[in-house]
Amino acid sequence: MEINKAIISVKNLVKKYDDFIAVQDLSFEVYENEIFGLLGPNGAGKTTTLEIIETLRDKTSGEIIVDGLSVDKHANAIKQIIGVQLQAAGYYPNLNLIELIELFAGLYGADIKPMEMLEKVNLQDKAKAKYKALSGGQKQRFSIATTLINQPKIIFLDEPTTGLDPQARRNLWDLIVQIRDAGTTVVITTHYMDEAEQLCDRVAFVERGKIIAIDTPDNLIDQLVNSGFERKKEVKKANLEDVFINLTGKEWRE
Amino acid sequence: MNDGHSSSPLGAEGANSPTRTVRYSNTKATLALAKASFRSIMRSPSAVVFTLAFPLIFILVFGFLGNGGTRIDVGITPGSDINNPVVSMLGKTGMIRLVKDKSKEEFDKLLEKGNVDAMVDVHRKVNTAAYSVNVVYTSASRDKGGILKSVLNNLFYDKTLKPTVAEIKESTVTGREYKTIDFILPGQLGFSLLSTGVFGTAFVFLSLRQTLVIKRFFATPVKRSSIVIGEGIARIGFALIGALFIILIGHFFFSFTLVHGVVTVINMLLLATMGIIVFMGFGFIISGIAKSESMVPPISNIVTLPQFLLSGTFFSIEAFPTWLQPISRALPLTYLNDAMRKVAFEGMGLWDVKFQIMILLIWGIVIYAVAVKVFKWE
Repeated sequence: MEINKAIISVKNLVKKYDDFIAVQDLSFEVYENEIFGLLGPNGAGKTTTLEIIETLRDKTSGEIIVDGLSVDKHANAIKQIIGVQLQAAGYYPNLNLIELIELFAGLYGADIKPMEMLEKVNLQDKAKAKYKALSGGQKQRFSIATTLINQPKIIFLDEPTTGLDPQARRNLWDLIVQIRDAGTTVVITTHYMDEAEQLCDRVAFVERGKIIAIDTPDNLIDQLVNSGFERKKEVKKANLEDVFINLTGKEWRE
Repeated sequence: MNDGHSSSPLGAEGANSPTRTVRYSNTKATLALAKASFRSIMRSPSAVVFTLAFPLIFILVFGFLGNGGTRIDVGITPGSDINNPVVSMLGKTGMIRLVKDKSKEEFDKLLEKGNVDAMVDVHRKVNTAAYSVNVVYTSASRDKGGILKSVLNNLFYDKTLKPTVAEIKESTVTGREYKTIDFILPGQLGFSLLSTGVFGTAFVFLSLRQTLVIKRFFATPVKRSSIVIGEGIARIGFALIGALFIILIGHFFFSFTLVHGVVTVINMLLLATMGIIVFMGFGFIISGIAKSESMVPPISNIVTLPQFLLSGTFFSIEAFPTWLQPISRALPLTYLNDAMRKVAFEGMGLWDVKFQIMILLIWGIVIYAVAVKVFKWE
């Protein structure tokens, strides 16, 4: 990633609701083939920003270009090249995973083999299961499978690891890295800073609808340390999550 | 399950190819939705119960119960003496409804179909104070004819009447036998279409909206019209399969009359399609105004119950008090039921029931005009 070509560019994005400004004058770029993290507290405007880029929500003003396409003029063309995982979205009731994948293949006009999609996220054993019967981690992996059906250039994952146990979380990180390595750009939101640090190539901090910092995790940490910051407690070489993984093993149970 | 590192490339095979030559097909998307929705409906217990089980139970119950609460329609032959003690006594029994003011031809048709159970013609005998009573029964309504016969016999042995009546002449015309099932089945069919149209549509769209399924659809290139049409195809398909099932069970197990056989069935299914489309409009409206799933049944019942009771599902609306009849005649199910019965038993074509179809069409236009206003996507 020596040449950083922007695949998403957001300029001066503003989103106002009746009496409340969700996003004010927000600008950033996402580079091709990176994992980009949008970080920030609840209500900072992360989901709103994502949904505007995903063409699910109108913006008040600003300019958004996704792979050379404007959200104002080419919303449908954008939908064809992105994959979207929504926070807490459900799936069509009473259908099994294979049937759900078939449905999305029809909606995207994609010609794919449902079983191959499930294999990509290691859910081939659950092909005949209903979405409701899946564990938290399986649900998230299935959601990610639905984002890959149209072989997108960019996928958006909104808090995909919230509520998962450490093993399931690590398993999902591996999956997300594989997707990036296969050439897809990933935009992710999360509340876990260890996750962002490990997973993201670059992160942006959003606070009250504005970007307050954007850089690689390394650079941001270095900047803080250089400013004289010190942790109150001396850092050990491992943390409690390392203990957890060490004791319970990396193997993921479901 | 620890093999998270499969070597298969993920997702981006197409990302590197510069142009995607496959054109997006709205038809393909619509059909994919229809297929998914149809599968979902077939696995939903409530849909199957409302569309098939309930109507079949009612058909069973009424098919075996036969007629309760008899009321006999007796036509007064045109030209007959009306102001005579025989006719006024018949009117006082409470069981008999006198039908007047129809032409001979109209009466003949009604008699043949069993819509009128018998005809009475009363004349004063020449040069005497006595009356001659001529009664014509119909084989289309043998049981009611039998009841009328005993009523008449009772009357004529009544002391006040006896001296004035000289003779009773009786005869029977042959008509098609009109069975309880011929009345009950079209009504149950209408009820089945109404409940699957209203409840099914309302629940599906509300739950798809609330569980963000529709929002996820909007992240794909699918059009809104494809979502509505796909759902509609599935719902109509399911309702028609249910209707066909009910008709066939009725025909083969309860000898439901299908005058022109297959043609009649096709006409009934066409009517059923019109009915379900109108009723789905109610469902769209309810899905828009209901705030939660628990609000769907009460609002749906406001739409379905009055029609269930007042649209001639179980009883002919002519049996209702006169003040109630205008309400009955305002409801769309009344006209669907009416058209169904005319097509099934009287063997009419769709053109013959154009008035009923027109009323359904007007309802459809009104309902969908409202639905477009109140329907919510998010």
